Amino acid sequence: MAARQKLKQTAENGPALNREKKPALGAALPAGGAPRLDRLIHERLRLGILSALSVNESLTFNELKKLLDTTDGNLSVHARKLEEAGYISCAKSFEGRIPRTDYRLSAAGKKALERYLDHMEALIQAMREK
Amino acid sequence: MATPRPQPVELHAYAMDNLRYIRQAMERAGSFTAVPGIGGMLMGSTALAAAWLASRQADRVIWMAVWMLEGLLAVSIGIAGAAWKARRARLPLLSGPGRKFIAGFAPAMAAGALLTAVLFRAHAPQFLPGMWMLLYGTAVVSGGSASVRVVPLMGACFMLMGAAALWWPGAGIPLGGDALLAAGFGGLHIIFGTIIAVKYGG
Repeated sequence: MAARQKLKQTAENGPALNREKKPALGAALPAGGAPRLDRLIHERLRLGILSALSVNESLTFNELKKLLDTTDGNLSVHARKLEEAGYISCAKSFEGRIPRTDYRLSAAGKKALERYLDHMEALIQAMREK
Repeated sequence: MATPRPQPVELHAYAMDNLRYIRQAMERAGSFTAVPGIGGMLMGSTALAAAWLASRQADRVIWMAVWMLEGLLAVSIGIAGAAWKARRARLPLLSGPGRKFIAGFAPAMAAGALLTAVLFRAHAPQFLPGMWMLLYGTAVVSGGSASVRVVPLMGACFMLMGAAALWWPGAGIPLGGDALLAAGFGGLHIIFGTIIAVKYGG
């Protein structure tokens, strides 16, 4: 999968991060007009949803909830934001009497994830070159 | 004291952390696609050779030795094939789905090893071909639940063939049992190995 391959080995040996102190991402972009960070998928859970869907044709609400270790409310809010942006599609059905929600990554979502990965890699590259 | 301004190294670390998070999410959600198709085809070929060699042995100890060596060879080919495929995909072999595959695969294989010793010592080798295929199939179904759909399907075929071999009166060794083992470990591995290699790359 293209998004998966883009990860390469980059994320393997990085230092642990102090999550309390998020640096200003716009500050150290490579000069010369680097693309703006996609704030919509920059949020952790939304990034997780797109990443999980990028390696699966579709995932149900419950599968995503288990994979991302989150609550119904949280997942539902973030999934809706991605759906509104056209990054994922959502299909509701019934399995017997139990409602079932399936999510799929759209072409726009795939592109957005790839752009985000490029962005992160560009940041790392820029820092290494300094 | 004023809070120090974020240094570039923190930004670098933040990007690394994000990439690591994406990778972990993909690994947790992904299937174990490192099941080797070409490796399966090779395992099938060596099983066919082993079946031919074993069918010519009158001594059951030598017959057993032939299949034990084939088992070791098949395991080595399987591991090497999976490692090669994972490396080609730039993914760790023992990622989340990889570990799930092993955790599902190993118990039935351990049970098979134990039953092999018991049945062989009990002078009941006629049950070995069926038991081997049944438990290998169980291991593949169980481990393959973390893999692409064709893998558990292959396991189910092994289970069916193993169950048939256990009931078939002509499954005695060397001839009947070897023909079944050739069809299972040889034929099924080659057929499914080809499907996996063509559809899932390698």
